[in-house]
Amino acid sequence: MVKILTPLYKLIVTVFLAFLSLPGYTADKKTLHYPKYEIEPRVIAADTYVIAGENDDFNKSNGCNIINTGFIVTNNGVLVINSGPSKLYGTQQRMAIEAITAKPIRFVLNLNLHPDYFFGNQSYSDIPIGATAKTIAGMTREGNAYADNLYHICGDWMAGTESKPASQSINPAGNELSKFNDAEHQFKLIELNGHTSSDLVLIDTKARIAFVGGLVFSHRIVTTPHANIKEWLASLNQLTKIIDDNQINVIVPSHGDIEFGMRGITETRNYLVWLDTLLLKSAESGLDLNEVIKTPIPSQFQDFAALKPEFLRNVIQLYPQYERNVFSK
Amino acid sequence: MSKLILAFCICLTTLVSPLASATTIESGKDPYQSAAWLSLKKEYLANQTFVFDDRVKVSGPEFAEDALNVPIKFDATELTSKSNPILKIMVLVDRNPIRKVLVYQPLKFEPILSFRIKLEQASPIRVLAQTKDKVWHVGSTWVESAGGGCTLPTGSRADGSWSESLNQVQTKYFVSQDQNSIRLRARIMHPMDTGLVSGIPSFHIESLEIRDKNNAIWMKLAIFEPISENPTLSFDLPANTPKENLVLVGNDNNGNLIRNEILW
Repeated sequence: MVKILTPLYKLIVTVFLAFLSLPGYTADKKTLHYPKYEIEPRVIAADTYVIAGENDDFNKSNGCNIINTGFIVTNNGVLVINSGPSKLYGTQQRMAIEAITAKPIRFVLNLNLHPDYFFGNQSYSDIPIGATAKTIAGMTREGNAYADNLYHICGDWMAGTESKPASQSINPAGNELSKFNDAEHQFKLIELNGHTSSDLVLIDTKARIAFVGGLVFSHRIVTTPHANIKEWLASLNQLTKIIDDNQINVIVPSHGDIEFGMRGITETRNYLVWLDTLLLKSAESGLDLNEVIKTPIPSQFQDFAALKPEFLRNVIQLYPQYERNVFSK
Repeated sequence: MSKLILAFCICLTTLVSPLASATTIESGKDPYQSAAWLSLKKEYLANQTFVFDDRVKVSGPEFAEDALNVPIKFDATELTSKSNPILKIMVLVDRNPIRKVLVYQPLKFEPILSFRIKLEQASPIRVLAQTKDKVWHVGSTWVESAGGGCTLPTGSRADGSWSESLNQVQTKYFVSQDQNSIRLRARIMHPMDTGLVSGIPSFHIESLEIRDKNNAIWMKLAIFEPISENPTLSFDLPANTPKENLVLVGNDNNGNLIRNEILW
């Protein structure tokens, strides 16, 4: 009896093992039970690290990690810039920081109200987390809707994530980061707007680095759920001046390629000017929303990341205001 | 006994079904092979003749970025002719809880319309144009969606501002430089509640008409719950349309009236 069964048993085991090793199955198993972000801190200046996200749209394969976060190791502790799209990201980001330095994490900054800037905050519940008052109000107002959306797109990656707005309201003029200043670093916060109603920029005038948040999209189509193009363009002019005045060498945009951050300012400006003109002209000639979304996109923006979904969102979000302006003329 | 009943049932179905299908004449194949189309067809096209027809052009976004405002446009100008003009155009959404969106009688207008709808989930959008010979011509498009459009409260309902602006109308003409295209756009403030949100009954614009000074009707539009809040509509007029002052009139399902002079 045993002799007859053995070959059959072997066959069953072999088939079962073969099934386990199918690529689809193992990949699923990995994302379902052991999701792990690619968190590889990169040094961009003395003690200054960037963790690059994918230059793409939110999707399940990148775990909604499309943001560039960072941290700076000073003599007075570590300063973290943005906590990422999920609790899991925050935890893995914190582990990565703690693997690099023994210095304690002293402060986390959320540069604006969008979810990938602050959804890792739960992993820093023992540390003060700062954002501007406007940003905190926005996080409080919209956090739950963000969570619904990201759970919908990224599922298991979001496990356990809840919206936890920043705990401290910071006044950029108050120079609250001066406690981190040392021989290598001198920090300054500047509040601009346009991408959202409050876009915080962190500059380190000694290391000559600027974390420019959502104001700059490097080789990527901008996101506009809270945008005001006129204010945004004015902020980009101010930002250019700040960069010149402080002889900043490297800028870290929240989205897109870090290597070409400076070029990102020009790209973002050019795209915004094109978009503003398109929406204005379309509204003045009486086009409906559905006709505007079919507009061909100029070749200079064709290879930007997230082109199709973001252009569609840009138009859907912004065009109704242009239409209303024309109706009331 | 049970076998006998079964046999009887089979006989009955074989007898009845050819009769039923003989009255609805269809040709062409549903490009989206949607199961919901079968019931849609039963509800709206029973005993009528229809054909899937590419001359009824329907366009929408690939993805419903904002499920409360999905822009749709149809253009059936290729289908219409002097001898066999379009009588009316009906828009249906296969997978919406409320599937009928609007019925348009273009009359003196072009058989083209742009509007926005609420979409509950990814679905085919159907535009059925009936020509004078009584044949329905069906055009379709597909819109992907993350969902939720019909069962979410609209913006002015959420913030309570709707009652201040109810039924206010804005209109504007747009004439192309070569004078060949005349577009009339209208925006009517209305919450357009679907009745599917808990505690908010159905409250929507029912009918709109555009008339001239002699009370002749230039277009008639019946609209239903799936049309987005503050309906924004784009009508196209024939190139040689005289510049008359028209009036937009209508009402919602609570009897509130809409009336607005359309000025050049």
